[in-house]
Amino acid sequence: MNGHPVVGAIVNLNHPDYYIHWGFILISMANFLVIVILIVLFALAISIPFLKGKPVKRRKYQSIASAGSDDESEGWTAHGRRLGLKYLPPDKLLPDGQPSYVASWVYVFGVLTIGALIMAILSGMVLAIEGPTWWHLSDIGHFVNSLHLWSVELFMGFMTVHLWAKFWMAAWRGKRWLTWMTGMLAFLVSIVEAFTGYLSQTNFDSQWIAFESKDAFNSGGIGAFFNAMNFGQALMLHIVLVPIILVLIVGIHVLMVRIRGVVPPIGAEPAHLGEDSGDAVIASGAQETGIQETSTLEVGQ
Amino acid sequence: MSRWSQSERKYGRPWHGPLRHYDILKEATIAFVIVLVLVFLLAITFSSPDVPPVTVQSWAKAQPVGFVDIALTELNGTSTTATYGPPYNTATGSLQTLGPVSVQKFFGVKYPLNTAKDFVLNPLSTLPDFPSLTVAISTYEHASKATEDHWISNYQAQMNKLPLGSSAVISEMPSAGPVPVLMTHLLAMAQSGALDAQLLTQSSFYTTNYTNPLMFIGDSVVAQPNSYWNKLVTVDHLQGNQWGVMNETGSWPGQPWMWLYTMWYQISPMSTSGNGDVEVLAIMTVLSILLLLVPIIPGLRKIPEKIPLYRLIWRNYYRDPDFTNAGEVPAQRPV
Repeated sequence: MNGHPVVGAIVNLNHPDYYIHWGFILISMANFLVIVILIVLFALAISIPFLKGKPVKRRKYQSIASAGSDDESEGWTAHGRRLGLKYLPPDKLLPDGQPSYVASWVYVFGVLTIGALIMAILSGMVLAIEGPTWWHLSDIGHFVNSLHLWSVELFMGFMTVHLWAKFWMAAWRGKRWLTWMTGMLAFLVSIVEAFTGYLSQTNFDSQWIAFESKDAFNSGGIGAFFNAMNFGQALMLHIVLVPIILVLIVGIHVLMVRIRGVVPPIGAEPAHLGEDSGDAVIASGAQETGIQETSTLEVGQ
Repeated sequence: MSRWSQSERKYGRPWHGPLRHYDILKEATIAFVIVLVLVFLLAITFSSPDVPPVTVQSWAKAQPVGFVDIALTELNGTSTTATYGPPYNTATGSLQTLGPVSVQKFFGVKYPLNTAKDFVLNPLSTLPDFPSLTVAISTYEHASKATEDHWISNYQAQMNKLPLGSSAVISEMPSAGPVPVLMTHLLAMAQSGALDAQLLTQSSFYTTNYTNPLMFIGDSVVAQPNSYWNKLVTVDHLQGNQWGVMNETGSWPGQPWMWLYTMWYQISPMSTSGNGDVEVLAIMTVLSILLLLVPIIPGLRKIPEKIPLYRLIWRNYYRDPDFTNAGEVPAQRPV
């Protein structure tokens, strides 16, 4: 079904799509291309050589054990500060060094996902200022809606590649199960966030999705609490409750990555995993880079 | 200590190997700028879809007989909505169960709908200055259920002979009692746009709830394969049996991440089951939990080690574990 003329598009997509029909599979060319692009991106990301790095120049790193050890202050705040320094010292929170194995393009999809999320939030904020039907009436509004849509497509796409990468790295190893689970939760909540966004478009697509999806919600009892045809409920969920939950989960996920570090390679050298080393270890790479006084090198993991 | 505990301890220790330079703030800034540029390029190039919604008015104008046919089923309580079940009423037409359990039934009626009153009689009663209509409403409401059904049945028998798009709605038919008067006024109300407003504002001035008009129009989707809304959504492949959950109007990508959810609807027994929705919901819930719990599920958590894509990702480390990526890519390490 064709709508009114599309604002500002160099390529006009406002016509019925071509569909690929293969057995029971029926997929639009646009969706097919998105999936192909993601697979190609993943293949390229794990294949193309990464940028050459630079040596770590810092000479000394703060070890976990020593962080805040001379702080004998009392009270909840002091205790909280000591905990923060113990599990997330500045070196880990804002690292300027990474284990050498973190050298693949596939690692950039996590931060790209966050970049797209920020872009989706910013464009959503502009839409929120003018209200949910502004974009139907204004060329600028339609363009902001386009920014919002493509932010979401990129967000979901980057997150999917990130998820594939972390699965094939078995990134839950080494007490990183919470990092994996918060990532998966973020993916599932993002689907809810995107879905409520589609319901909030106030157009042909949103009313059809609302009507069709009600049966699934009703069948599972969810319909007793969430009425997809109640635009106000969908919009409030989309712009308040779900994004707050999503940002919280993403925040915990990022903190878990910083606390636990990036998972080491499967079958990494025992010495690199600290299996046959003493308490004070000089990193093999550190010798080349001039680091002489290192303890356990937790930085940047 | 179990093998799993050993593995957890082994990979959970601080990294003692070589390091490379990293600048987290610089990386985040570059990533955001790349996303910013990409989003603007995509928005300028492809824009975004925006097809206006269908209305009761556009439906009643496109298919007057189709509209009246559905309105009759709302009036005699045989429409999909009237026979749906929870959360709209206590019927069982769309009640789904998973084995012996029906969560849908458990939560009961949350948004009560009486299609005869909410979709037909109450909106008609708001029309002023139509004495014949006032009499027709009163006559209908005071008749027995058997008489009402008889009138509607007689009227339906004649209306069903007309094509959906015909405007030759029968306005007089003695054997149908007051029904022709009710239907011709309701059609006129719908074609003027007044019914759209009435379906929304029965409860209060302000509303954001579109349940009534969507359920009314939607009843034509189920009952009439060639209905106005059916034809529109079929062109854009939005029907459930067209993997519609993934799709978008026009040629834009939709929600490709819903591929697995919508795939189950295409496969037997879900594709033909009366409980298809709750079955797919149950399958996806189980699969989501499995994916969430991969780290602690034996077998699943070992899959990446069996299919060693990881060797490609960490190939530099495996070639030379002391590699810092600070210079040239190292040659294959001597065995």
